[in-house]
Amino acid sequence: MRISRVFYAALLIVVALVVQVSVLARLGLPGAVPDLLLLVVVALALTYGPTSGCVIGFAAGLCADLAPPADHAAGRYAFVLCLTGYVAGMFASRSPRRSVLTPIAVVAVAAAGTTVLYAAVGALVGDGAVREVGLTKLLLTAVLYDAILAPFVVPWVMALARKVDPKPLLSGLSR
Amino acid sequence: MRDSRHGRLVLVLLLAISFALITVDIRGGRNSPIANVRDWASAVFGPAERGVSAAVDPVGRAVNAVKDAGSHEGEKKRLQDENAKLRQQVDNIEFDRNRAAELDKLLKVSAAGQYRIKPARVVAIGPAQGFSWTVTIDAGAGDGIKPDMTVINGDGLVGRVTQVGPMTSTVLLATDPGFSVGSRLAGSMEIGIASGRGSKPMNLKLLNGQAQVKKGDRLVTFGSQGGKPFVPGVPVGEVAEVRNTPGELTRSVQVKSYVRFSSLDTVGVVIEPPRTDPRDSILPPAPTPETPAPPPAQQAPPAPPASTEPPRGASAAKPATAGNRSTNAKPPAGGTTPPTGRD
Repeated sequence: MRISRVFYAALLIVVALVVQVSVLARLGLPGAVPDLLLLVVVALALTYGPTSGCVIGFAAGLCADLAPPADHAAGRYAFVLCLTGYVAGMFASRSPRRSVLTPIAVVAVAAAGTTVLYAAVGALVGDGAVREVGLTKLLLTAVLYDAILAPFVVPWVMALARKVDPKPLLSGLSR
Repeated sequence: MRDSRHGRLVLVLLLAISFALITVDIRGGRNSPIANVRDWASAVFGPAERGVSAAVDPVGRAVNAVKDAGSHEGEKKRLQDENAKLRQQVDNIEFDRNRAAELDKLLKVSAAGQYRIKPARVVAIGPAQGFSWTVTIDAGAGDGIKPDMTVINGDGLVGRVTQVGPMTSTVLLATDPGFSVGSRLAGSMEIGIASGRGSKPMNLKLLNGQAQVKKGDRLVTFGSQGGKPFVPGVPVGEVAEVRNTPGELTRSVQVKSYVRFSSLDTVGVVIEPPRTDPRDSILPPAPTPETPAPPPAQQAPPAPPASTEPPRGASAAKPATAGNRSTNAKPPAGGTTPPTGRD
């Protein structure tokens, strides 16, 4: 069970990352870029719980830190997405039947949270780019795009995640 | 809400690891141990990004076609099937022609500056939420790309190469807040440091606080030692706004870049710097001083007129038979001379 979960998460992370930088970013939307990687992390965390959520978030963030267009200090996204995965995982529920709105709300909060947190970590390590650029427009567009994209991505990822590992929370919490 | 001691332990551990990574990477700078991992990651992700971007190019064309059509919305709502298909074909031709024109312009610039360039295409773009402006291009170590090479396109300076993988490399764009380039005002030779400010215009700090600058003054790179990271003479942009900053040692002005970073596609990596500084000979032609500055400033960079001056070597080599033509093609040495040599 555990192995399949790892493979599923790894596959999703790689696909999401490549699609994000090579397709979504090249659409040239004003403001932020739809954060597919964040959606995947949140969806998996909502299925598998906080422990798996933070491990998956860490791995996804590390990939985003190292894969080509990235030029910032490695570990910044890992830090942010690790925390995001954990917090999103706390909203995981055991029953497969649930409102669609919860994931979207979590995604919207996570989109704002990651943007701010990423900027904060940057400021902490001496990257003053945020002051030059401004946060408001980026924050609004990030939340908007991610919330729009969420209904198309999150339910599918969650449903498949359940199929891959039918007892997600039990194995996620005990081990 | 679910939470557990075990989970919290894992979380704290991972957060500590990522913070350690950040520290190690920043302290190590260029020689950080992370660099090896980065190389490895670009070897894995680079080809994937190349493949995906090549695969979705038709989609991108369709999206561009839709975007273009959006400007005449309401006018053509119902396109018949065949009409749409034909249009798409035309768009594809347009797209190819655009790319060919871009390549053409790039070649012209590189010939004028006597650079040797390696053309490449943008295959991936870093997200804006990352607060860093970087792109991946589809040329890597196998194409002779090395870190700290200048990247240009047909309009001017794009950025510099920061990291090279086997098939792809990463370019730090001139709009990145961490980017700065030594530049010189064409004509007055004043030296300054231009740095990126994200989506806002670049900021130029002139070292001479008394320097005479005005709107429309044009900027070329100053050049670095050995052409790394910047070769001399690449057009950077033109002064968009001059603000008085009394009491400061340096003078700050806003510079509008010649390159449109939102639609970056074909770029060239300078793999061999010019033997001599081309000065400002490859700047786009100056706007005429009488007319108000903004309209020509908008039009001049994207569409250089037919009388783009040939490289200096070429014009010198030409025999006197083409004398009447060479008066037209005189390089704008003063930077403000209007092209009025016609009679």
